[in-house]
Amino acid sequence: MAARGGPPGGAGRLRHPPGATARPSTVLAYLIRRLTAVVVMLLIVTLATFAIFFMIPKLTGTDPALLFVGKQADPAAIEGIREKMGLSDPVLVQFWKFVEGLVAGRDYANGVDVTHCPAPCFGYSFRNEQEVWPVLTSRLPVTLSLAAGACLLWVIGGVAAGVVSALKRGSVWDRSAMSVALAGVSLPIYFTGLVSLAIFSYALDLINVDYEPLTQNPGKWFESLILPWITLAFLYAAMYARLTRATMLEILGEDYIRTARAKGLGEGVVIGKHAMRSTMTPILTILGLDLGALLGGAVLTETTFNLPGLGQGAVRAISDKDLPIILGVTLIAAFFIVIANLVVDLLYAVIDPRVRLS
Amino acid sequence: MTSTRSSRRALAAGTAVVIAALLSTSACGGGDDESDGGNRPAGFNAATKGVVNTSTAKGGTLKFIGSQDFDSLDPQRMYYGFAWDFSRFYTRQLITYDNKPGAKSTSLVPDLATAKAEISSDGRTYTYRLRDGITFEDGSPITAQDIKYGIERIWAQDVISGGPTYLKQILDPKGEYKGPYKDKDPKKLGLKSIETPDAKTIIFKLPKPNGDFEQILALPSSSPLKPDRDKAAKYALKPFSSGPYKFESYSPNKGAVLVRNDKWSKSSDPIRAALPDKVTVTINSNADDVDKRLIKGDYDLDINATGMTQSGRTTALKQHKANVDNGTTSFIRYAVFPEKVKPMDNVHCRKAVIYAADKKALQTARGGPLAGGDIAANMLPKSIKGADDYDPYGALQNGGAANTAKAEEELKACGKPGGFSTVISVRNNKPAEVATAEALQECLGKVGIKADVDQIDGAQSSSITGSPSVVRKKGYGIIITGWGPDFPTGQGFSQPLVDGRFIAQSGNYNNSELNDPAINKLFDDAIAETDPVKAGEIYKQINHKVSDRADYLPFVYEKTITWRSSRLTNVYTADSYNGRYDYVSLGVAK
Repeated sequence: MAARGGPPGGAGRLRHPPGATARPSTVLAYLIRRLTAVVVMLLIVTLATFAIFFMIPKLTGTDPALLFVGKQADPAAIEGIREKMGLSDPVLVQFWKFVEGLVAGRDYANGVDVTHCPAPCFGYSFRNEQEVWPVLTSRLPVTLSLAAGACLLWVIGGVAAGVVSALKRGSVWDRSAMSVALAGVSLPIYFTGLVSLAIFSYALDLINVDYEPLTQNPGKWFESLILPWITLAFLYAAMYARLTRATMLEILGEDYIRTARAKGLGEGVVIGKHAMRSTMTPILTILGLDLGALLGGAVLTETTFNLPGLGQGAVRAISDKDLPIILGVTLIAAFFIVIANLVVDLLYAVIDPRVRLS
Repeated sequence: MTSTRSSRRALAAGTAVVIAALLSTSACGGGDDESDGGNRPAGFNAATKGVVNTSTAKGGTLKFIGSQDFDSLDPQRMYYGFAWDFSRFYTRQLITYDNKPGAKSTSLVPDLATAKAEISSDGRTYTYRLRDGITFEDGSPITAQDIKYGIERIWAQDVISGGPTYLKQILDPKGEYKGPYKDKDPKKLGLKSIETPDAKTIIFKLPKPNGDFEQILALPSSSPLKPDRDKAAKYALKPFSSGPYKFESYSPNKGAVLVRNDKWSKSSDPIRAALPDKVTVTINSNADDVDKRLIKGDYDLDINATGMTQSGRTTALKQHKANVDNGTTSFIRYAVFPEKVKPMDNVHCRKAVIYAADKKALQTARGGPLAGGDIAANMLPKSIKGADDYDPYGALQNGGAANTAKAEEELKACGKPGGFSTVISVRNNKPAEVATAEALQECLGKVGIKADVDQIDGAQSSSITGSPSVVRKKGYGIIITGWGPDFPTGQGFSQPLVDGRFIAQSGNYNNSELNDPAINKLFDDAIAETDPVKAGEIYKQINHKVSDRADYLPFVYEKTITWRSSRLTNVYTADSYNGRYDYVSLGVAK
């Protein structure tokens, strides 16, 4: 847990003068600088994904074009497929065309006519000829639904359990909460997921996990997501409970808490206003990283519960060696990670008056 | 955390709670016996012996589920066996397989044509006349030109790849035609070897005779299409129906819904029963969940039909045996020895491996007699004409046990009395294959043959084990794989494996690089033979020669455990679709 680190500049340790907030112009410059970094970062991720997709076949001597011919691989057909997929261009040329498509759109010849793929154009699936961008946008809401609900559950559950454990340190509550937390951290999603399916779906037949979009049927949407939410939240809540407990215990020993109590403030205000505010800083850091990187947990959860989200799409695309979909999912995931980090950095300034944007 | 006795006790209590929770749940997951909607299941293996629940009742929704999506819905691009079976819901061909159970399914019957072909005396001209009343989903008639255009799409491998290309090799062996998308003919009908003198007549002119030509015409790659409905690569997303159902929707990796094609008339189609009002396909990424949902009664059958998962079949066999079929698939699972890799260039070293293998252990690794299959003695499946029990290495004797004495004898004859080292290549995405590799490794160790197992990326096998130069470079003396026929004849099964002219630099399936002029000549004779029984006799000879050369160690004639819901009517397994249920005949009871 410690390895995940605190906010930049070690806020919470370094003391800036209280009430020092940034001027609007500096905030704007900061934002522009960060957003430029975001774009550069995404370009690097794209290039890296391209490189990996082409380096691995080179290293292992395999040919992606062979995956798309039938049993009888006729050399002319393989060459045609390479041409059609653009695999015969140098990697940098392909990269350039891809970026061009993202910004300005691209034209594709499909044999009979030419189709225009409007920006942001991620190309077409090698496997089933679907346009990638609509595939991503149809899968994104599922992953967002999963992430939002699970996140709500784990933050509320984890922080509450952590705070209570810290306040009642050494009690039965503390120890059983921390034991359950240990189980939560240790049990993989594909295990807890299958167990929850076995109980609530197969044995008791209480919950139907067939996904339906929120806009079509809110009741079914909720029903289908309960088990995935709990499964995913169980894993993360455990970490949050342990982190909250440790941070809270440390903060309760700080001088300003003693001062607040000495001033005669009620315990509710001391904990709720003073202690909680500092406790939330590291929680927020972790939350930013976790939300951005949630795709990893979503892959397993979505596969287990057959949710048609980005994670499930990513697994299929990887086993199909479907580069355009892999690239699309990778870019969306990278986008969310960098944006989540940016938002967290901005929120520090709101939550913790000791932090300045610079 | 402070370490006191009470905290330790609390921790122990917490652990106990967690363990108790785990134990109480692991016993769950069975599903109740009354989940089948009230119909009585027909009995274990009933659909492999005849037709289960014969019925002509229409209506209802036939519900497929599966963990693997179609490779393509475009009939000219599909190669997955289940996709071919399913394609009869929305495609028609000049001729097709009969709607009869078991071996009878492999006989060909007219579909769009009024009768089987009139074949000229030199066996090179096939003429068909079309039925009346055959239409596409928009009501327009299916013409001979539409059939020709559909077949021409096979030539456009650079745009729509993936499907079988037999017709291209048979009708245009020199590759002169460039496909309809590069065709200069205004009607896009430039292929010379197919003639369409009028809308109702189609004539195929073969450069040389091929006794299996009609078998190949029965594949979905011969489905008709109108040029103005051809969306080339994108056609796969919404095919234009010529059969009794049309697509209401298809979403790759999620599922499909087919509804009745009201322009199709039963009177024009003697084969397709078209009983359900609707056919749905659901793709589910969790293979365990697929089996659980079948057992629970949410769906009728697994569209992939590659066999239930281990947990699924355990539950199914224990609690719902009457809903289970255990059919044979026409696949052989085997090991093949590349003759160019030392010491497998020596027939005695190959025989040593065959004798050292414990066939019973290999069968168990495949899943046992039910989920794995019957121990195989040679390399021709029982559903193919010419198959027999030829068993030169005694695979079926002593319950499949290894013959260590014989193996040691052969090792001496090979000049390696103490054994040798080699590498077994196996696909990492096939757990049963990995298990057989490990079992074989253990057997070979007992006679001093040290075999390393190299797990290769299964999705990339066509450029690893499918490349003879890679095989030699990596020193693969043993390749573990499997093979099933595209059409049920010796040409459809054996030729890509053992005809030397099929050796390719990539996507090669003749892994042993067997190139025996006598065997190649026999293939020519068998293919030129129009009498299937006589052709079968030749394939039998080929199979015996291949067995004697000891290039193959067959493990099992594959069998699978498949689920058949009690709602299903007209259920039977068909050899024409490698032992799958004949999907287009199915109905559902309400």
